[in-house]
Amino acid sequence: MSSQSIELISAGLLTTVQDLGRRGYQRYGIPVCGALDPVSLRIANVLVGNPEGEACLEITALGPTIRFNSDSVVALVGADFKIDLDGREVRTWESVEVSAGSVLSIGAASDGLRAYLAIAGGIDVPPVMNSRSTDLKGVFGGFEGRHLQDGDSLPVGDSPHVADWSQRGLPAGISRQPTFGQEFQIRVVLGPQDGEFTQTGIDTMLTSEYTVSVDSDRMGYRLEGAEITHERGPDIVSDGTALGSVQVPGSGQPIILLADRGTTGGYTKIATVIAPDIGLLSQALPGAKVRFTAVSVEEAHEAQREQESMIREIKSHVGLDLTGTVSVRSEGSEVRVVDESGGRIAVPDVTGSRTSTRTISTIADGEEFEFELTTAFQ
Amino acid sequence: MTSELNGDASSKRDIRFLPAGDQAVVVEFGSVIDPEINALVHRTAAAIDASDIDGVLEMVPTYRSLLVYYDPLEVLLPELQEQISGLAIVDEEIRDEFRIVEIPTLYGGEHGPDLEFVAQNAGMAGSEVIALHSGTDYLVYTMGFSPGFPYLGGLDMRLHTPRLPSPRTLIPAGSVGIAETQTGVYPVASPGGWRLIGRSPLRLFDPVANPPTVINAGDRVRFVPLDDAAAYDDIDRQVKEGTYSAVTRVGR
Repeated sequence: MSSQSIELISAGLLTTVQDLGRRGYQRYGIPVCGALDPVSLRIANVLVGNPEGEACLEITALGPTIRFNSDSVVALVGADFKIDLDGREVRTWESVEVSAGSVLSIGAASDGLRAYLAIAGGIDVPPVMNSRSTDLKGVFGGFEGRHLQDGDSLPVGDSPHVADWSQRGLPAGISRQPTFGQEFQIRVVLGPQDGEFTQTGIDTMLTSEYTVSVDSDRMGYRLEGAEITHERGPDIVSDGTALGSVQVPGSGQPIILLADRGTTGGYTKIATVIAPDIGLLSQALPGAKVRFTAVSVEEAHEAQREQESMIREIKSHVGLDLTGTVSVRSEGSEVRVVDESGGRIAVPDVTGSRTSTRTISTIADGEEFEFELTTAFQ
Repeated sequence: MTSELNGDASSKRDIRFLPAGDQAVVVEFGSVIDPEINALVHRTAAAIDASDIDGVLEMVPTYRSLLVYYDPLEVLLPELQEQISGLAIVDEEIRDEFRIVEIPTLYGGEHGPDLEFVAQNAGMAGSEVIALHSGTDYLVYTMGFSPGFPYLGGLDMRLHTPRLPSPRTLIPAGSVGIAETQTGVYPVASPGGWRLIGRSPLRLFDPVANPPTVINAGDRVRFVPLDDAAAYDDIDRQVKEGTYSAVTRVGR
């Protein structure tokens, strides 16, 4: 067990431990849970040198104030929050070095709703069914199966990052962070039960503006707007509920099912929000406006490939996407890892073992070694 | 005997693939609750599990369809559908073996406050309700919506009872209830409008056990009446000490 930990001086509005969710247990009725905006969680992890799926703090609307008991590196990615470190304002969407005793205060979201605080080494709560995500309804996983409270102390894992990891941000080609605003264009694939709706019902959904209701949570977003009409009725024999399912009960008001959804449900599902837009949708606050566009499964997959390529570009930029051979050269008392062009890069994993500048500092000045790099990151 | 899932014109198999977004597809075998259709759902899930189809992340078998989650970076939808259609599935004439899980249940009293209502509604004595309810094996069609909740089929028509007009805010874990045509047991405490006729001391969901649930889809469930509160407390104590294991039998 790592001796590193963080203490929540104040917990914020709704702060939970989440990773990429609990996979493979839906057949037992166990919800997936996990980050509502998984892409932001992955980027936050990449920025601190973690594997993409490491457990982070999911922060909602109003952030926590956190004291660190050891030196670390953190990054906050997602909605725009005001953050300061020991009274000095620091930036979101880039890695920030913190020292033992530092206090990080995350204020209110000024744009969007949720962000992910990654800490080098990850939040080291015990995995339950292979995930550290909190199941708030089932009261298990995460930290004691609940949202965090003032005074909670959380274990942090051993950090894989090398020294000099701070100030890593997004590559120049990638816009710093999205602007969410109050109007959301969300892409859906029609089905699986679009056949249970009238053509008017489908047209209504695709041409109307819906408002996010205050009764929205991690299970689902309730929307209010023009009534979507069924061909026969709203009930079907219960079946599986995919992430992003747009369920329409008898009221004709759609509900979009999110990470904490039940695994099965008995209402007709007119459409499904595409995976690349799930994170975007989850940044909508109550009162935000949502419009739907229908796309094909192929178009959705293309959007996902673009998103994956963006994440790869960030990994490459921060030095996590290394394969092949680099050389390690000592310069005076310090060892530097250089790539072919001679630029200094970070090596998260050298020949299978985590290595820092200190552990190979006995190499003589000017000596050069070649290492086969194995990146342990997905 | 085996045959291709979607290739046998003489069978009543009529499967449909319905996209559930870009990461999952519904394989639909019918639109009604039927044991044969449900068996086909579970056999197809088993066949996919045993196959070398790439990119399948997880599956949710339900009454009459199978939700297949896939990774589109590994497999594309037309290819996945083709591979699932071509699977060899054991024909439905062959009966599977199944597991019968016994659910010790204390009926009535504080554990089953609605037993009297169900009895009045059915025009019979409470003891007859208990005899009917515990006198049959219920098929577990599917698991869902919450951890370890079994969707059971086969409740005697005489026991069909309307839900409470206003749901209780908290039903204790282990509660055995009736709602309309369904009967079931709540593995975790939750709000609900079911008529509660009894309670089981079994712990049906344990997040740190593997598998996390005692009952699984395809099993049969048999409610076994307990004589009195002492018998309930005895099992309850063993469950809490971790020394109790659920009684299961093999049926066919």
